[in-house]
Amino acid sequence: MADKDATAGYLVTEKLIKNFDGALAVDEVSLSVGQGEIFALLGSSGCGKSTLLRMLAGFDVPSAGQILLGGQDMVRIPPHQRPINMMFQSYALFPHLDIWENIAFGLKREGLPKAEIQQRVGEMLDLVQLNDYAKRKPHQLSGGQQQRVALARSLAKRPKLLLLDEPLGALDKKLREQTQFELVNIIKQVGVTCVVVTHDQEEAMNMASRIAVMNRGRVLQVGTPEVLYEHPASRFVADFIGSVTLFEGWLSVDERDSCAAMTGIGEIKVGYGVSGGMLSMPVAIAVRPEKIGISKTRPAVSKNVFFGKVQEISYFGAYNSYIVTASDGSQVKITEANASRQDLGGFKREDRVFFWWDDHAGVVLRD
Amino acid sequence: MAASTFPMPGRRFVIGVPYFWLILFFLLPFLILLYISFVDMGNDIHPFKSLWDAQTGELKLKYANYSSLFRSGEDGELFETMYVEAYLRSLWYALCTAVLCLLMGYPFAYFLARSAPSVRPALLMMVMLPFWTSFLLRVYAWKGILADQGVLNQGLMFLGLSAEPIQLLYTDVSMLVGMSYVYLPFMVLPLYANLVKLDVRLLEAARDLGASPWTVFWLITVPLSRAGIIAGFMLVFIPCVGEFVIPSLLGGPENLMIGRVVWDEMFISNNWPRATALAVLMIAVIVIPLAIYYYYFNGAAAEPENES
Repeated sequence: MADKDATAGYLVTEKLIKNFDGALAVDEVSLSVGQGEIFALLGSSGCGKSTLLRMLAGFDVPSAGQILLGGQDMVRIPPHQRPINMMFQSYALFPHLDIWENIAFGLKREGLPKAEIQQRVGEMLDLVQLNDYAKRKPHQLSGGQQQRVALARSLAKRPKLLLLDEPLGALDKKLREQTQFELVNIIKQVGVTCVVVTHDQEEAMNMASRIAVMNRGRVLQVGTPEVLYEHPASRFVADFIGSVTLFEGWLSVDERDSCAAMTGIGEIKVGYGVSGGMLSMPVAIAVRPEKIGISKTRPAVSKNVFFGKVQEISYFGAYNSYIVTASDGSQVKITEANASRQDLGGFKREDRVFFWWDDHAGVVLRD
Repeated sequence: MAASTFPMPGRRFVIGVPYFWLILFFLLPFLILLYISFVDMGNDIHPFKSLWDAQTGELKLKYANYSSLFRSGEDGELFETMYVEAYLRSLWYALCTAVLCLLMGYPFAYFLARSAPSVRPALLMMVMLPFWTSFLLRVYAWKGILADQGVLNQGLMFLGLSAEPIQLLYTDVSMLVGMSYVYLPFMVLPLYANLVKLDVRLLEAARDLGASPWTVFWLITVPLSRAGIIAGFMLVFIPCVGEFVIPSLLGGPENLMIGRVVWDEMFISNNWPRATALAVLMIAVIVIPLAIYYYYFNGAAAEPENES
């Protein structure tokens, strides 16, 4: 949907297929990534994102389809001749070479003159701020430093495309957030086109300008983080990106600028029309937990007000999270920001509560 | 109590048994060897005299057992004895065997480690299969292959590649063929154990950075398998230096190795002190360079080092 980027089309995959002994690891993936864009492949393990990345790097040969980089077909080019470099998961730094030699490895293979290698390794060490560590071995560095070496090594050859395989996967949570920004800053500073593979949706949303959500070898949706979060195209995407409650039902009203669905908890009104929708077709209404209000007294709104019983309360510091059992037994996730230092919003388990949301909060899902 | 690692009563016993075994059957015999190597030859049914003179109680160490290994007679040239020659020859053949085993074993171990995990046990089994037949039988079998009227020569003559039998048996060729054949598994197994642990992603990373498959092999695989190469090399080299059976069966008179010389001194000349001196020296020749190597190697491991 957001493919009409002016720069789109630098890296293009067309109906890319990878078949492992009859199992489709990657199934007709067509993507278009703009020059200088940071693009994320997001999915749980086994969704095919790593296979896709390995095909881009050249380690796996596609069963069918095309990979074009700047208009040039990549499929037949062996990995060591592609203008593509990868930062490996857990880095794959050469343990017997020091940091300087690790970064220089690719440059030496190009046969560059010594002075130029010296200069470019120096630039890379500056870029990742590891000048003092040039003569150390990888195992003498911390996880964060190793990650920067891996980045410097993969950028040293000035690739046309940079691949990142779970770039922050080997770091602990605290370090991850800080490293994320550094990583994005460096990549943007260099201006290289970049494809990131990750299973971590926060990582994808923070780093990438666009994300492709993958499941079972297929790309389900491509879009900016906002689009994926606010306008998921399918139940899977809605559920995978962030937290959501899905109300299953059927389309009961379908007008030009509004519609409604009959679900187990009653009729849910949605403030936009469903193009090509048919009455009584099965749909799900997805509502994000932070868009749902909760109170003990009936709110002063008329649409989408329902009744339930508090089942679980979790305190997360910044917000409270509730699970409310609705009238049909379905469980509704609701979060409430802890704006004041109130004590769990004054709710306790088994409390009977109202919950409601604006008719623009719900999203109609057909897939 | 708190300082001890584990309150395991059986621990000392479990560790103690092999130590006891080694002390009883390795250290003690070695000390006996060392003792004999410093005494005089016996002149009656006793093969050697005691270190202390029975009458005077004087201690007399006979260094001549050692010095005579390096200089024959009073005015012979230093290092020009059959013993020094035999030592050098043994080291040379052991080195050749180890290099041959490395050249044959490395590609084999490499493909073994890279083969599908399902076929690896079968391939490993094939490496160890020769151990199931008698060592002597296998060496004798080579006689049948390499002899003048053996399978190989007959085949060559049949194919018209050679008009008359080529002398293969009782030469350097037959010795090295036999030794590298017998010791090949000792090279393959440690190399395999090392290569199978090699992180494939390192090879991919090197490819990704522009290294051709050959360059990856020389710059990543070989340096990272150094420990396996050294282990395999030692496992072949050390026993080969003292190898006795294979040179006796497959080698000729000019392939005299130190193991044979020790045997001759012991059982032909009945000169036990000299035979033991030869044996002690052989151990020293192997152990001292090894100890120096390990000392420096382990010391250097912590230091950063450079690719050339």
